[in-house]
Amino acid sequence: MPAPLLIKNGRIIDPANSFDDVRDLLIVDGRIADPATNIPSDVQEVDASGCWVIPGLIDMHVHLREPGEEYKEDILSGTKAAAAGGFTAVACMPNTKPVNDSRAVTSLILSQATHADARVYPVAAISKNSQGSALTEFGELRATGAVAVSDDGLPVRDSQLMRRALEYADDHDLLVISHSEEPSLSNGVMNEGIVSTRLGLKGIPNAAESIMVYRDIALAECLGKRIHIAHVSTAMSTDLIRSAKARGVRVTAETAPHYFTLTDEAVVGYNTNAKMNPPLRTEQDRQAIRQGLADGTFDAIATDHAPHSILEKEVEFDRAMNGIIGLETSLPLSLALVREGVLDENKLVELLSVNPARILGVEGGTLSAGARADVTIVNPDLQYTYTEEQVVSKSKNSPFLDVGATGRSSLQGRAVYTIMGGRITHRLA
Amino acid sequence: MATGYFFSHRHILDIEHLSADDIDYIITTAESFKEISARPIKKVPTLRGNTIINLFFEPSTRTRLSFEIAAKRMSADTFNISASTSSATKGETLIDTARNISAMNPDIIILRHSFSGAPHMLSQYVDAAVINAGDGTHEHPSQGLLDMMTVREHKKKLHSLKIAIIGDILHSRVAHSDILGFLRMGSEVFVYGPGTLIPPGLEELGVTVCSSMKEAVQDADVVMTLRIQKERQNDPLLPSFREYASKYGVTAEVASWARPDALIMHPGPINRGVELMPDVADGTQSVILDQVTNGVAVRMALLYLVSGNS
Repeated sequence: MPAPLLIKNGRIIDPANSFDDVRDLLIVDGRIADPATNIPSDVQEVDASGCWVIPGLIDMHVHLREPGEEYKEDILSGTKAAAAGGFTAVACMPNTKPVNDSRAVTSLILSQATHADARVYPVAAISKNSQGSALTEFGELRATGAVAVSDDGLPVRDSQLMRRALEYADDHDLLVISHSEEPSLSNGVMNEGIVSTRLGLKGIPNAAESIMVYRDIALAECLGKRIHIAHVSTAMSTDLIRSAKARGVRVTAETAPHYFTLTDEAVVGYNTNAKMNPPLRTEQDRQAIRQGLADGTFDAIATDHAPHSILEKEVEFDRAMNGIIGLETSLPLSLALVREGVLDENKLVELLSVNPARILGVEGGTLSAGARADVTIVNPDLQYTYTEEQVVSKSKNSPFLDVGATGRSSLQGRAVYTIMGGRITHRLA
Repeated sequence: MATGYFFSHRHILDIEHLSADDIDYIITTAESFKEISARPIKKVPTLRGNTIINLFFEPSTRTRLSFEIAAKRMSADTFNISASTSSATKGETLIDTARNISAMNPDIIILRHSFSGAPHMLSQYVDAAVINAGDGTHEHPSQGLLDMMTVREHKKKLHSLKIAIIGDILHSRVAHSDILGFLRMGSEVFVYGPGTLIPPGLEELGVTVCSSMKEAVQDADVVMTLRIQKERQNDPLLPSFREYASKYGVTAEVASWARPDALIMHPGPINRGVELMPDVADGTQSVILDQVTNGVAVRMALLYLVSGNS
């Protein structure tokens, strides 16, 4: 067991207990101690003056690339990046090589995660090899440790298969996470609009996403089952989810920091670090996503952390793979929403910790006495420039590198300590 | 042209980043070179000792030949690499190919590539000047410039003209360069074509997207037709060439709606009887072969300017 920790003078923000005040927080035996507990003599003190002390951040959508593409990322490097970004837990998507569609792969991921710097919750595939034809063994996968199922990266084309997945997942208390895109419309390389016209790149219209978002909502609504919509990027999808929630449909949704921070203008210059799927959209969509975060349409901010090496990114734009790393920049980009008045601090903690824990059905998201001591200490004011040398992830594919140096305002706010089960997994040097 | 103007572009990657002064200057330079091609001995020593590489990853007859003739008339040493003979077929990446070519110290690389943005990327990895000879569905700046040169030659100006561009605007890099160029020079651009081939956002650029051929061509000073392809990557863009010809083909009747002195243009190769009827293509208003002639002059000017001789 790590030594007891006393986090002093921090502003504790714990929405699960409606608590927001300056107070010390004691951690003993890897758990949050009752405030009345005597301070042990061997306690290690952490000064959190001017900082926020919040429940450990949980990213419910990352790609850790292990097994199969360890040159991009592995479970140890990915969780180190998570800890550096203030995350104490991540849910990893199944599009590894081989696909996580079996007990064997789920077990491998969990065993590799034993000594990792963040908790790893495997998401297993909905269909065998994510090929969209036959369901995987949800019961066994659940029993092995999978918390959700998704064919992320590949939309489930077949509506009947999606329907069966929702029905069968419910039997096993598994969350179904949908990558909602209509494949016949989404074979472009960036958002369809004036920027794609100017650059001569093939566009993906907003309808590619909203058509599938509505299909998934319709299935969940008709069947009374729950569904989680991943990485929402458009105004139209946000409206569909908002109205579904108002009707009582059991739908939850996440969006990613790049969708509320950047627009398709970031692609200008054929920047492959602005290529992702779904693509960066227009300013109107970006504003709608921010509105959806403010009004509760979105339950979670998830990064879709997608490491790629220069082999996949230093190539012609059409040939570049989709995705960016996000674990190390999610917190500062999300904190900008607080500074800009889109969210308050409590809402931010809900989006980054409380709600992901609740949606995934995992421990965390609270600083209640007795809870596992997954804690993030955030200095919300610290300004810095994120440089390639600082990147903890094995891959450097971020559009947020050197911001501040390139004229945009620098990143502001970052995790100064990340604590998982009472163990310090990250301390800002 | 503004006083104190100087040509400052290291590479020619697109029309989008050229100013009206740049375009003016390039065309004026091209006009001064045009006469060389009419001499009995068509050669000047201007680029002697320069190494120019034609790096073509897509089939091309006229553009490649035009660049090669331009380079040779300026006494440069030219080398042609096409996709079939290059290492691309052995799996080498464009960046590696570029770095290897760069290690042999060429002065200018002319790149034709099927991916939009490839010349932009190449320019970041080589010391040589890069000229875009057509990239994907992005731009074809030397074609845009030769089109503008041809129009200026006949109309004595590039502003206040009505330019009608008909056909596949979505996939045509020529159309993209022409649209940006003619708008930049102060003309009005009207486009017409099937809805499947009109890209989004053109209005934001200042283009008038027409709902009929008549609206586009009526009183036009220039009617530019574009090569049509029936399908691309299994995308059902058009039901048939037959229907295209009848609805969107430029016939003598259509051409008669334009001004009597209107120019008929086409970047070639022409699908005769589809987007352009033979009688119009070969008629008195057609300047299609002038475009080809001017292409050599424009490319001579571009080679001269990027080699640092402005």
